[in-house]
Amino acid sequence: MKKIVLYTFFILAGSLFIISSCKKEIIGRTDNLPPLSPAKIDANAGDWKTILLTTASEVPLPAPAATNTPDYRAQINEIKSFQARQTAEENRSVKYWSAGAVLRWNEILRELVAKHNLPPYQNPDGTYPFPDANNPLAYPLFPFANPPYSARAYAYMSAAQYDALVAAYYYKRLYQRPSPYEVDPTLKVLSGKSELSSYPSEAAVIAGAAVEMMKLLFPGDQDYIQRKAEEHKKAMITCGACVRSDIEAGEALGRAVAQKFVARARTDRAGAAAGNAMQWKQLEDDAIARGETPWLSLETPKRPPMLPLFGKVRPFLFDSVTVIALRPAAPPSTNSEQMKKETEEVYQMIKKPTREKTAIVHFWADGIGTYTPPGHWNAIAAEDFISKNFSEVRWARNMALLNMALMDAAIVCWDTKYYYFNPRPTQLNPVIKTLTGIPNFPAYTSGHSTFSGAAATILGHIIPEKAGAYTAMATEASLSRLYGGIHYRSDCEVGLASGKSVGNYAVQRAKTDGADE
Amino acid sequence: MTQKLFYTLVVLCCSWGTHSVKAQTDIDAIMMGKRQLCIGPMYSYTSWNNYWEGTLKRSNENLGTVSAQMFSIMGNYGITDKLNFLFGVPYIKTKASAGTLHSMQGVQDLNLFLKWMPIEKEIGKGTFSVYTIGGISFPLTNYVADFLPLSIGLRSKTASARLMLDYQVGNIFITASGTYVGRDNITIDRNSYYTTQLILSNEVEMPNATSFNFRAGWRSDKLIAEAVLNKWTTLGGFDISRNNMPFPSNRMNATTLGFNFKYVLTANHALSLTGGFNTAIAGRNMGQGTMYNGGIFYVLDFVKTKKNGTQQQPEKID
Repeated sequence: MKKIVLYTFFILAGSLFIISSCKKEIIGRTDNLPPLSPAKIDANAGDWKTILLTTASEVPLPAPAATNTPDYRAQINEIKSFQARQTAEENRSVKYWSAGAVLRWNEILRELVAKHNLPPYQNPDGTYPFPDANNPLAYPLFPFANPPYSARAYAYMSAAQYDALVAAYYYKRLYQRPSPYEVDPTLKVLSGKSELSSYPSEAAVIAGAAVEMMKLLFPGDQDYIQRKAEEHKKAMITCGACVRSDIEAGEALGRAVAQKFVARARTDRAGAAAGNAMQWKQLEDDAIARGETPWLSLETPKRPPMLPLFGKVRPFLFDSVTVIALRPAAPPSTNSEQMKKETEEVYQMIKKPTREKTAIVHFWADGIGTYTPPGHWNAIAAEDFISKNFSEVRWARNMALLNMALMDAAIVCWDTKYYYFNPRPTQLNPVIKTLTGIPNFPAYTSGHSTFSGAAATILGHIIPEKAGAYTAMATEASLSRLYGGIHYRSDCEVGLASGKSVGNYAVQRAKTDGADE
Repeated sequence: MTQKLFYTLVVLCCSWGTHSVKAQTDIDAIMMGKRQLCIGPMYSYTSWNNYWEGTLKRSNENLGTVSAQMFSIMGNYGITDKLNFLFGVPYIKTKASAGTLHSMQGVQDLNLFLKWMPIEKEIGKGTFSVYTIGGISFPLTNYVADFLPLSIGLRSKTASARLMLDYQVGNIFITASGTYVGRDNITIDRNSYYTTQLILSNEVEMPNATSFNFRAGWRSDKLIAEAVLNKWTTLGGFDISRNNMPFPSNRMNATTLGFNFKYVLTANHALSLTGGFNTAIAGRNMGQGTMYNGGIFYVLDFVKTKKNGTQQQPEKID
């Protein structure tokens, strides 16, 4: 009897041990990267074409103190004492941030987008509340980081970081302050060494610009953002890449340059993009007047259309007149044979979806609670940029090109969507059930297709050997919306082509910004 | 909000809720005799209108009523009188009555258990018995886990260990058990997701879980009738944020209260009917489901067939 009890106990204890010990921790694709070690240092990036800055030296930066002063030596000693009592956590932090500042702040922004990409819950009377930038922590939390909002957020942060870095590289060349490990050869360096001068710190420029932009874009997450920035700055001092005054100068420069972008963002008309009840009604009336079936929200209760005036936001790569010129021709009339045929095609797609097609739908869905399709293209770009070992300024330039293209694609696409106000397949045939949520805005043209067309075009210019792969990805992302039952084929095909046109503006800029030489 | 929710219920009811039927389940104090196989089909229907978003109970007009139908084959084979092997294979079909989300269907996970009764002893006026049950489950098909609440399952491979105690006086019995369920990581179709942080991977860490089960009622040769209380607790995971979709690694908890019966139709115990229902009385990140089920089970006696021997009691009912 005792034996039996003992056996039972051991068998149970043994199986519990086996069960709980086979847990595996998830390791993200960018969790364990080596320190960024640029293939090319881009020492002349101070000459590259800026976006909003009139010149690289528009924001003044005073000359640094000489490296033989007691003040500078004290700063070197600060590094040494940080290194002497480094915790495991700080060690991880140095590793994390050494992989690249543009990369890490891009990831942080993607994280905030995913956190905030949630449509507000309705009021008791069936209307919907709108997030309030002045009261971001009250429900509904500000912002609702939907695809247009986040495309704009990615663009502003990337563009501000790029301009700030061009300025920083200009001052690096001007002042030529050596790195602390050059001044004091006994200093350990925990990250990659750089041939660039260390004043101002490019990492701090990137963090400063990010923090300043995020105050506007994610005002309710300041505690998290500031904590990240502090951690970043400390890691950069601890690793021996720069002294505190390099960091302070960089941060101030990054913030000052970002201020120009904040000012632009405050007046780019995005604040009015939600429209009002009269404007929503007007869109419907206009479609009826054209003899078309107007778009209707398929949510219960009916939700106002997402950012109907986002098409009026000021683009980065062209002007608002060009937005209208880029607007594709009308979709097939809702009463036409062609539309009937396209609706039927969608129905056939979702009647018996294959597992493979469902996987494609879900891979590219990037719906609520995710970093959105622009974020997905940022992830694709970032992982490829890592393997290219770009310098920080080239990272920022390429991210800025990508994200300006994505924001302008959002503008062109949203202009098109609300100009035609075309219904979703499920509205024309309610039997059509979908493999992902139906976004709450008109069908024509597909946002995913437009984003993907633009992203694949500029990325194909940046990394030509992958151009074919990017095109294939864009086509798959585009068709995933047809497979999922939420878009007609013409939404996808026209959207993809329209996105390519937007992407070409970014390519034009890339060819002339000085970085391709 | 759309998809995800309440699959949880499906978790409980389908990969898990087989516990509501006796004579062939892993969570009751009943054993098949040596070389006997009790096998049969079972059907269950689970539905809910409300769910817990974190701890907040809410409805969703874009889902309406979410339901899951399960058709399964379950069996229990007596390797010896004290050691039984059990299996179950469910086919599940889910549906939302409102909104536009597509229904999902398919064969879900294979569930296997070994059930051992090391101790059976007269204590006082009744019989006290102890059981240990070890189980594993794994997906039989490549179904979609990341489409809650309409996914048919969570895809996690599981291993479970259970200790169960039973005491019966005359026809009155009480059974209590505790289970620890280890759940393996799963992979999903997308390669990044947000929990309380952004994760750049298609792999999802699934928190382990515990389950406590109490049942009491009447147990005789002809009829078993019992009330069942079950408490499933996920040891970790995160809450669904406001108006977000559910995710496989949410902290899904549920307490269900229900009733089951088994009625033996024929004199030789070969054919029996089972039925039951349960309803969620508390929960977190799950649908507030109500489940009904019914099954027909047949006992094949290989001893009798081969040796033409005497009929054995299909169950231990002391």
